[in-house]
Amino acid sequence: MTEFFAMGGYAAFIWPAFGITAIVLIGLLTISLRGVRIREARLAALKSEGPNGET
Amino acid sequence: MHRFANPNRFMRLAGAVLPWSAGLTGLLLVAGLYLSFFVSPADYQQGETVRMMYIHVPSAWMGLLVYGVMAAASATALIWKHPLGDIIAKSAAPIGACFTFLALVTGSLWGKPMWGAWWVWDARLTSMLILFFLYLGHIALNHAFDDPVRGARAAAVLALVGVVNLPIIKFSVDWWNTLHQPSSVLRLDGPAIHPSMLAPLIVMALAFTAYFVSVLIIRIRGELLDRRLRVMQANRARQWQPEAAL
Repeated sequence: MTEFFAMGGYAAFIWPAFGITAIVLIGLLTISLRGVRIREARLAALKSEGPNGET
Repeated sequence: MHRFANPNRFMRLAGAVLPWSAGLTGLLLVAGLYLSFFVSPADYQQGETVRMMYIHVPSAWMGLLVYGVMAAASATALIWKHPLGDIIAKSAAPIGACFTFLALVTGSLWGKPMWGAWWVWDARLTSMLILFFLYLGHIALNHAFDDPVRGARAAAVLALVGVVNLPIIKFSVDWWNTLHQPSSVLRLDGPAIHPSMLAPLIVMALAFTAYFVSVLIIRIRGELLDRRLRVMQANRARQWQPEAAL
């Protein structure tokens, strides 16, 4: 197990590479999903408002 | 082709694809990581660092593939003036930028132990850095104008001009004497890489492709919602100030 995480002495390079990849890909997915959700909420709010802005 | 150019029809089709592409991304990632860490042997020259290849090379491929998609979408937007082309290009650019960034960073983390340097001004590395800046330029131009149509137009022109960089990246390792190793997969005489290392590479590349398709669909949906929001807000503003609309 420790041998696996040591990666033949290259742990300091291999794990950050995989870590950064995971952070960037998950981050982009989260931002994209949140963009959809925020706009859906704003659109729903705009639709529920009356033509003169009353709710 | 024009049947799919209708945004509503496109979104229905994309909505049907999304659960499959998302599920496939998860499955392929699990399989790809398992192959990368437990099946692939360490390289006889590079030792365990070869495992970085399984994210570095697919990221770099995706950087090129996404640029191709973005340029094709930009071309259809410029030629047929269809807004869906601009929406696809605008949605793809941040994904391509992320993959290119990952190719550069993982390459740097691989370069330090193997070449002894985080960065060298080598033809392959420099042309990849230019690709990254092209993505950033595309994103910036899309947001640089008050009129989104003008921004999209400028970004589309940049995307098409930047296509010249794609063959430069691909052949940089052949045209110039570089530190970066030459192609070992996409070669005329077949892959020069052992199947035990080719399998994780291909599976990870497919996983990244499925990820790209999924996130692209999500971002296009966000963009379409944004346009609908803008139209609604403009209509509201016109209703409140009828004389302003004249």
